[in-house]
Amino acid sequence: MGRRNLIGILFFSIFILLFPLVGRISAVSHYVDIMIFVGLTAMITMGLSLLMGYAGQISLGHAAFYGLGAYTSGILTAKYGINPWPALLAGIFLSAAVAVIVGSPSLKLRGHYLAMATLAFGEIIYIIFNETVSLTEGPDGFGNIPHLSIFGFKFESILANYYLVWAVAIIMLIFLLNIIHSRVGRALSSIHGSEIAAMTMGVNASRYKIQVFVISAAMASVAGSLYAHYVQFINPPVFDLFFSIKLLMMVIIGGMASVWGAIIGAALITFLPEWLLFLEDFDILAYGLVLLLIIIFLPKGLFSLPGILYRSVTPRLKSRS
Amino acid sequence: MGTGYNKTHNILVLADHLSHTKTIQFNEDMLMKKSILFVCVILLALILITPASICKAAEPYKIGAVFSVTGRTSFLGEPERNSAKMFEEQINAAGGINGHPIELIVYDTEGDATKAKNRIERLIRKDKVIAIIGPSLSGTTMAVIPVIEKAEIPFVSCAASIKIVQPVKKWVFKTPQTDTQAVEAIYLHMKKHGLTRTALLTANTGFGSSGRVQLKKLAPKMGINIVADEVFGPKDTSMTAQLTKIRGTDAQVIIGWTVGPTQVIMIKNWKQLGMDKKFRFYESHGFGSKRNIELAGGAAEGVYAPLGRVVVADILPADHPQRNFVLKYKNDYEKKFKAEVSTFGGHAWDAMAMVTMALKAVGPDKAKIRDYLENIKGFAGTGGVFNMSPQDHCGLDSGAFEMIVVKDGKWALTD
Repeated sequence: MGRRNLIGILFFSIFILLFPLVGRISAVSHYVDIMIFVGLTAMITMGLSLLMGYAGQISLGHAAFYGLGAYTSGILTAKYGINPWPALLAGIFLSAAVAVIVGSPSLKLRGHYLAMATLAFGEIIYIIFNETVSLTEGPDGFGNIPHLSIFGFKFESILANYYLVWAVAIIMLIFLLNIIHSRVGRALSSIHGSEIAAMTMGVNASRYKIQVFVISAAMASVAGSLYAHYVQFINPPVFDLFFSIKLLMMVIIGGMASVWGAIIGAALITFLPEWLLFLEDFDILAYGLVLLLIIIFLPKGLFSLPGILYRSVTPRLKSRS
Repeated sequence: MGTGYNKTHNILVLADHLSHTKTIQFNEDMLMKKSILFVCVILLALILITPASICKAAEPYKIGAVFSVTGRTSFLGEPERNSAKMFEEQINAAGGINGHPIELIVYDTEGDATKAKNRIERLIRKDKVIAIIGPSLSGTTMAVIPVIEKAEIPFVSCAASIKIVQPVKKWVFKTPQTDTQAVEAIYLHMKKHGLTRTALLTANTGFGSSGRVQLKKLAPKMGINIVADEVFGPKDTSMTAQLTKIRGTDAQVIIGWTVGPTQVIMIKNWKQLGMDKKFRFYESHGFGSKRNIELAGGAAEGVYAPLGRVVVADILPADHPQRNFVLKYKNDYEKKFKAEVSTFGGHAWDAMAMVTMALKAVGPDKAKIRDYLENIKGFAGTGGVFNMSPQDHCGLDSGAFEMIVVKDGKWALTD
């Protein structure tokens, strides 16, 4: 995984562990709740960044996988009284199976066919959520979804859910960093560099791409299940195309070439509206402006910022010495 | 702790200075005298100012609000935000509640359930509000109810769904009429006129499908016979196919349930097909905008609709219990925002009125406010006359609607 990433994970885990201390400051006490949503979206954006940054594919359907996880967990636990953990697994299997079906034909082709396929897929899922009223209660949505629990401990409080979500997110992060720094990751990078070159070297491009797509779909599904058990209510608009686009935006703002960037992107896009609330009616304008400035001046995302700063500082230091 | 540290630090510094040179000691003496004088002046000033300032700037009562001010459902959230803000302004101009001004903190949910939850947490934790009104949508309301119940804070929703208050939740109330009540109003009116056979023409949207469910559920109970059940898409540009089918039935009445352009298209088609002689047309309670009459260009003539009294305030009889309240709201709103008043803004107005009534009666005690809200009786708001009870946290019945017919391009009362 590399020493830098190990150190990164260590510091990041300590940060996550200590973050809830902000809950003691009244002005930012609600940040813990928001951080839960950062964690949930980070689970999806990390998978997406692997798909975009390494496999070079765009998905416009990840909100639908998020929704599949949420609805599978919600329906199985709230309507059929099934234990949440097997329900979560069922969501993962369903999402992975759907990802194989959607991904296989489109990922065998070169070009952005996956974007088109997932765009349509996302819409279909959204319509299903709205129209199968007997199962999903349609546009109204449904509640009474139980909290998760393990060995008699119920994840009821914000803090408990915070640690649960971030524990899962960090496990996913470690898993993805391992993939990236393995043979699979190198194969993916080579596909992104030049698909033809990679294939002549014996890399089965479409198979790797499908694998990455399925992994990212499964991760989105886990995020969806955790969402359902935390909020305890789900309705279709949360999982619409707009959210898929927002997820892409997070990956691009954070920096496509790194899973760390995906986390930063998720955090920024989730917190930004919160920080801009003081502008009242002009918050939307400022929101757009911030995003625009990042894209113009940091086309490789926020994660490239330290590198740029470092490079702009080092020549001066060298000339001084 | 911080000030304590500073004090000891200052004393140490002072002691350090004193032990050094005589000149400094002299200066420090001067300084000491000056600072004692300064402290005395400050204390005197405080003693003089404090009582006055307490009387003047009593702590404001903080009320939180969340609406879909932007996004696809801004047609709900914007008038709601405007109305709530206008209420705040008026009550503060009149001296506040028992001397306390109110401070309304409004956040935008963009119609998004996740954002609604985040904003509600912020209102509860950071802003520490006493009560919360909104959100505008049933979905966003249902998503925040677990948070509200856990935080035990009085909450008055401005969303329509009956599910919000059935089953009853301890801290949750709502002001808008439900589609059940609108359906009841139509069926009662039909029966009064001896009409029992109806055709349904509903949109497959949240509003339309919810209306369809209620229409079908209540029909057998109220002795109404549904002879046709046609559905259309929210973006359809013609309903002639559905209407032609209905023409072949023995229906006496067509009930159309939708909002947006389709509610105008269907009555236009109804007129074009010459069906207005044989079938009476009822629109839903979502029909209450004068623009619909204009857009229909004469086709709206003779169409019935159960409407909230906000849109028909000026034609209400002078002795109607809601008249003054509704008319004042309507006039104030239209004067201030230069826009046609809608029922939606009224929901927020009623919510603000109820919460401030409670604050005035019992003060900023959350549990007492809740108890007060649960026992509101005979409050004539914009949405109707509210009679809350432990079993009913909405407090309205089908009487909350006025049956209106379009006559000479205007709303007219009917019996």
